[in-house]
Amino acid sequence: MLIAVLSGFLLALLLFFFGKYLKSRHFSLIGFLPLGIFIYLLSFLPLINSGQSAMFHYSWVPSMGINLDFRLDGLALLFGCMITGIGSLVFFYAAAYMKHHPFIDRFFVFLSVFMASMLGLVLADNVLLLFVFWELTSISSFFLIGFNNEEEGSRKSAIMSLSVTGGGGFFLLAGFILLGNLSGSYSIREMIFSSEVLKDSSLYGLLLVFLFLGAFTKSAQFPFHFWLPNAMKAPTPVSAYLHSATMVKAGIYLLARFTPVLGTHSYWNNSLMITGAFTMLYAAIHALFRKDLKAILAYSTIASLGMMVFLLGIGSEKALLAVSVFILVHALYKAGLFLTAGVIDYKTGTRDLHKLSGLRKVMKPVAIGGLLAALSSAGMPLTFGFIGKDLIYEATLGAPGNLAWILTGIAFVSNVCLLIAGLMVGIKPFFGALPQKFSRVKKVSGFLWMPGIILGVSAIIFGVFPMFLDRNLITAVAQSINGTVIDISLKLWHGFSLVILLSILTLSVGFIFYFLRKGKPFNQEKLAGFESVSPEYLTELIISKTDKFAFRYTRLLHNGYLRYYLITIIVFLIGLVGYRLFTEVPLSVNYAQLSETRFYEVVFFIIIVSAILITVFTSSRLTAIAGMGIIGYCMCLIFVFYGAPDLAMTQFTIDTLTVVLFVLVLFRLPQFKKYVNLKVQFRDGLIALSFGAIISIIALQAFNEPADKVVSHFYGDNAYVLAKGRNVVNVILVDFRGFDTMVEIIVLSIAALGVYSLLKLKVKAPEKE
Amino acid sequence: MELLLVILIGVLYAAGIYLMFRRSMVRLLLGLILLGNGANLLIFLMGDIAKGKPPIIKAGASVFTDVYADPVPQSLILTAIVISFGLQSFAIILLKRIYLLTGSDDLDTLNTHDKDI
Amino acid sequence: MNSIILKTASSYLLPLLLMFSVFILLRGHSLSGGGFVGGLVASIAFVLHAFAHGFDKARAIFRTNPGFLIPVGLFLCFIMGAVPTFFGAPFMKGLWLEKSIPGIGHIGTALFFDIGVFIVVIGVTLTILFTISESDMEQEEV
Repeated sequence: MLIAVLSGFLLALLLFFFGKYLKSRHFSLIGFLPLGIFIYLLSFLPLINSGQSAMFHYSWVPSMGINLDFRLDGLALLFGCMITGIGSLVFFYAAAYMKHHPFIDRFFVFLSVFMASMLGLVLADNVLLLFVFWELTSISSFFLIGFNNEEEGSRKSAIMSLSVTGGGGFFLLAGFILLGNLSGSYSIREMIFSSEVLKDSSLYGLLLVFLFLGAFTKSAQFPFHFWLPNAMKAPTPVSAYLHSATMVKAGIYLLARFTPVLGTHSYWNNSLMITGAFTMLYAAIHALFRKDLKAILAYSTIASLGMMVFLLGIGSEKALLAVSVFILVHALYKAGLFLTAGVIDYKTGTRDLHKLSGLRKVMKPVAIGGLLAALSSAGMPLTFGFIGKDLIYEATLGAPGNLAWILTGIAFVSNVCLLIAGLMVGIKPFFGALPQKFSRVKKVSGFLWMPGIILGVSAIIFGVFPMFLDRNLITAVAQSINGTVIDISLKLWHGFSLVILLSILTLSVGFIFYFLRKGKPFNQEKLAGFESVSPEYLTELIISKTDKFAFRYTRLLHNGYLRYYLITIIVFLIGLVGYRLFTEVPLSVNYAQLSETRFYEVVFFIIIVSAILITVFTSSRLTAIAGMGIIGYCMCLIFVFYGAPDLAMTQFTIDTLTVVLFVLVLFRLPQFKKYVNLKVQFRDGLIALSFGAIISIIALQAFNEPADKVVSHFYGDNAYVLAKGRNVVNVILVDFRGFDTMVEIIVLSIAALGVYSLLKLKVKAPEKE
Repeated sequence: MELLLVILIGVLYAAGIYLMFRRSMVRLLLGLILLGNGANLLIFLMGDIAKGKPPIIKAGASVFTDVYADPVPQSLILTAIVISFGLQSFAIILLKRIYLLTGSDDLDTLNTHDKDI
Repeated sequence: MNSIILKTASSYLLPLLLMFSVFILLRGHSLSGGGFVGGLVASIAFVLHAFAHGFDKARAIFRTNPGFLIPVGLFLCFIMGAVPTFFGAPFMKGLWLEKSIPGIGHIGTALFFDIGVFIVVIGVTLTILFTISESDMEQEEV
């Protein structure tokens, strides 16, 4: 299983290095990898059927409770099959679609990384592992959406989707950690046992907020939906893969996965139901106002995702069953529609619904694929979509009391809109008169139309023979969402009931509406009035304001003048340390510890202070250097007074060498210039003096509380015993802390190398601006 | 005496900071050196200071019999002094190079205002 | 600087100071001194000579490029750190010969480590000083 997950990453790595040597027609071979994994996953079907799940354990960071734990149950298998099954179709399709793209190897690198991380996401049992894969999908989708990185719109959309999903991921991590702390385990399987503890916890609300933020951003729920239509800038295979079957469903997966852990609580159900319903209505209506094929699909995808969240929110057994089916239904027809839209775009160069018509004459197989997908999306009897729609109505009608009617109404309106949207994409471009300019469209290659047909046909097969699925997969999926077994079999015909009536009503209203409008979308400008309150607009406003603020803030603090940085830091330090010092520390001087002051010490003090003053205020460079030398020698004297002969010797020699260096280098340089006026000098002096005073006070206070000297005494006691040396300082340097000394001389060597290369570097003639 | 040293630390810090606020690069460097001296002295004072009692074990003995100056800050400072020599020499050379290139030791001449951050 | 006294004195001072630096280095383990100070004193000996006779003369005495000393010293230090690992002791553990040699004292890895430090310090200091003086001369020529 580890190999199955990692193979995508390995493939990406190989492609990254050797992809450029591949001929573009060989890229279709890559599609066999997801196909292989697909078959491998299918081999688990019998095991899953028997109600069990497969666990795979690999140690990773056991000390932090992070392990490569993979668990294959019904839900994971469903998603895994979608990811690899639709994935392999998309891979084949993309190999043909991107054939002439110069960076096709790069494209497949990103696509493989994405597939592998998506697979890891749905298989991971450890939430932290899940999070890692979650972020990987965000990052790889960032590259995929921004694949045409020379277009500004493409880059902008990629950044937008990354910031929305990445921001959600941030909350998700917080949620996972909270979850782990509350339940005491990072394993999802084990969390189910602490479900009650979690629901009773006072942090349950917060936990839900975090998780929902993660899931809603990923699955494009209102008000985070706007990145998805923008992400349509990606090459169409990417849209088909990421935005129909996989990435956007990661949020749904997450919610479904945590339903047995956190579900059946009024917070959970109500917030999901409301968000889902609102998103569904909002996006379904919006879809009808778009004329770009992919934009229509984007909004109808958002609506479908809303539907899934909505169903998860209802939370009854029927609703969960409906979700299980609808995830697959939607993946099949939406991928098909995307692939169809992709071919149209590829061959005609436009996605404008007003311009497209009659294409069935030039691309029959594509038209068939589109038709099948559109019919399944419409929920025509004998398609898989029909079963999905039935289950949705059953779920909404099953809700208690009057709520049932409200929910059913919402679902009905959304379904009608979705149906129309599906027809607009899957049927409208192919019927009617063929415009002259499209009559020369070349034959479509098999790799481009085949995947659409396969998806369409499988939707029909599952629709006619739902028994292929119910026992095999859907029961297990519903079981992993619900926690317990749901025993319902999928049927083509449930007998004449309210549900069927609703289905027929949906179909007829949708079709009538479609034909009345002749498949034309509404004018998008009618919605323009709402632009200023749309989440997208507001988000961009916030971003641009933040940008402006950051710019001004940077201008203020990062002004390019070193001294202002220093002044800021020092003043802040004075304020902070000074405040603590005067409010918290009792200031006192412990005279008992101080040695008495001798006359020669006072003389010495006067000398060094005058040397400092000279260094600071002289206008001659050489005088300043001489002053600095005197200060160094005085330091040396202090070391002599206080029993540090080694320090004294080192300070003495270093000081000599520094003065020599300064003189060698600086005596050619000009005199100090008078740059500043008195006012500035006074200000700087004040800051410097207060800083000095604070340091003095700190030093004085530190005397009152001598530090623990265990280390010093250890060295003192053991210098001769262990290291046969009497000079403890030297013993520390070359023996006890020899490693530090070694690093130190390496640093010195680097400094020498730096000096050497800086001076040996040939300078070009001074470039005066 | 310690009182004087404490004041000295303050003076060294103040002088170092003041010099670092100046526009001249040479003064910046001098300020850095003074600051380094101040820091060394501060570390030195924080140890057990003992007048005229170096941390050297007397010949014949194998452990200390008398009080002795704290060896740990001493070895720290020794390291610091030597390292700061490396830093100073590099900074001096850097300064020289800048002077050769720009003909000035004014920090403000190094500013490049990139308007479009 | 063209002082006869300085020139004459420095000719004698150079070997004296170098010997002194080695003395400081070797006594470092039992009395104040050590590799750092020793190396610095040795560098000062050369600087003094350079002031009296010019940097090119000082370089000539040195024969090779002082930068050569840096890797030698570093290597010596590293080897001394690594030697104990051959005897099953951890890296950098000080190992000593049983008997002490008169005039030098105990011989052990720490002593050689200190010698390595000594060499590196000389190399670093002289590389810096010689490079600077060299570039100064180049500029004068320009």
